Amino acid sequence: MAETATPPQTRPETRSETRHGPAAWREPLVSLALLALLAGCAIWADAAGEPYYVNLASRIAILAMAGAGLNLALGFGGMVSFGHAAFFGLGGYAAGIAAHHAMNYEPVFAWPFVIEASDQMPAIWLAGMVMAGLAGLVFGALSLRTSGVYFIMITLAFAQMIYYFAVSWPAYGGEDGLSIYVRNSFPGLDSYDPLSFFALAFAGLLATMGITRVLMSSRFGAALSMARLNETRLATAGIRPFPIRLTAFGVSAVLTGWAGALYADLNGFVSPAMMSWHMSGELIVFCILGGVGRLAGPVAGAAAWVLLETFLGGATERWPFFLGLALLAVVLFFRGGIVGALAGKPRDG
Amino acid sequence: MTLALLIEQLLNGVQLGVMLFLAAAGLTLVFGVMGLINLAHGSLYMTGAFVCAWVAGSTGSFWLGLVAGAAAAAAAGALVEALVLRRLYDRDHLDQVLATFALILVFSEGARWIFGPQPLWLDVPAALQGAVSLPGGAAYPTYRLAIIGAGVAAAVLLWLLIARTRMGMRIRAGESDREMIGALGVNISVLYTAVFALGAGLAGFAGAMVGALQSVQVGMGEPVLILAFVVIVIGGIGSIKGALVGALLVGVVDTLGRVFLPMGFAAFLPPSEASGVGAAVASLLIYLLMAGVLVWRPKGLFPADG
Repeated sequence: MAETATPPQTRPETRSETRHGPAAWREPLVSLALLALLAGCAIWADAAGEPYYVNLASRIAILAMAGAGLNLALGFGGMVSFGHAAFFGLGGYAAGIAAHHAMNYEPVFAWPFVIEASDQMPAIWLAGMVMAGLAGLVFGALSLRTSGVYFIMITLAFAQMIYYFAVSWPAYGGEDGLSIYVRNSFPGLDSYDPLSFFALAFAGLLATMGITRVLMSSRFGAALSMARLNETRLATAGIRPFPIRLTAFGVSAVLTGWAGALYADLNGFVSPAMMSWHMSGELIVFCILGGVGRLAGPVAGAAAWVLLETFLGGATERWPFFLGLALLAVVLFFRGGIVGALAGKPRDG
Repeated sequence: MTLALLIEQLLNGVQLGVMLFLAAAGLTLVFGVMGLINLAHGSLYMTGAFVCAWVAGSTGSFWLGLVAGAAAAAAAGALVEALVLRRLYDRDHLDQVLATFALILVFSEGARWIFGPQPLWLDVPAALQGAVSLPGGAAYPTYRLAIIGAGVAAAVLLWLLIARTRMGMRIRAGESDREMIGALGVNISVLYTAVFALGAGLAGFAGAMVGALQSVQVGMGEPVLILAFVVIVIGGIGSIKGALVGALLVGVVDTLGRVFLPMGFAAFLPPSEASGVGAAVASLLIYLLMAGVLVWRPKGLFPADG
């Protein structure tokens, strides 16, 4: 009601003020700088003959990609999903299952129709994205009937459902997981070369961020932002919020599933742990640590998390304890995340 | 399928249900009064179990351990509320999720630090060892019956506290209008700490009781937390009655599903496959139940506020 009382002529003015705030030009710069830094580190580590650090950069790129997928739902759409690990894991299992059958020269399914196994990444990515997307649509359709804290708990519960299913289904390793003995291949690249694999992961990250950016600057993105900011106003404009949210949730699941397929190939292993609620929590942490609803937020967040984990883990066995304290300090005292600190307040915070 | 097996499994389900109720009651109370989503609730459950096992191990008295476990969980809850969570009541759920997720890391690693990486074991007290024979000829462990009794007693006490005392009146008032009861001169921050400690104490009590049935280890609170979420989503967030009904429903459906589904599948599948398929489907059952309730009533069975 308060919005309708505002005189109409003041609206364009406030909008242009926020458009020209510091974030308007600083944020793309920060995004580009973060991406360039990540790619630069990987190339430098490869030149220095340190494959360990190239793989670390790949890990950051893939986790950032998963976080960026979640960011579309969580940051831009305001849907706090605590279940994105399910989509991440489904993508991972697509890679694991395909590699498992391809190694044994047998089809994935023989009945009711035959699906041949493939060890080609593009086919596997597609399979992972389809699986994650279908799960996203089903879970989204059920969870989006609710909002707020219900939504958080229900997405968590659905992810746990998939997790327990993976644990108790013996065909693909159950609790022990599935090893990928031969890394899946990509046409024209040696996927075993660390830098080539990093290039694949980095391309995935760029694509994920690009898709997010294109979506968010379209009419669809405007509707999604309005669904987050003021649902009633969106409905007044004649747009039903539910299909907008469900589409965003589905796309978000697809992107996270793609990241999962890459992650399984990076580790050469997939297990239910990839779907555990700890993983969902970590994905949320990437988004918040980096800056909620900021395009490069998950990149900054995933990089900070992986580096903290690696170097705290090297310094003390008790690293989760100190990581927890550091996270608490971030929530309590540094709001807006890393990108917020670098690029100023967002346009519509 | 005999009557004795059915009764035995039904009792197991009720026993799981009352424990889930004790864990879920605090969660739903804290959400109803303070609007806080607390992921670290499972850690308080774990705290109760660890302190109980440690005190019982060093003094030899299970009962002392039980009291100490519940008290330690309540104290840890009060401390966490005063130091951290109090600052988060006005924030959105996202910040609360992140902060309480961080608390889980601190609690789990802290417990490993203090009590060591090995699981602790807790013996059933001498007075409750042995079994009681049931109609139908089956024997049922006395301790599990005692858990059901203790859980029901705790539920009745909680109901009396909330429905019949001045403190309960304030809690109910806090649920319906937080600002107003502050304006009426009730010390809100003391009330919040008390509510949080109460919920934590119930969770710690449940953890201590269950500690004698399974090993006491880091991470034991997490499956319970997830089940407690399912319970309060089914029951309606903020509703104690909903938590009770939801907990019993989840406990019974989960337990019976795990026993009888593999048997059911064995009727038309070879035994080796039936147990695998049955176990996999049984693990989905309570989530399907939750999805069904949500489709039917998106706010849960007993919505706390209109």
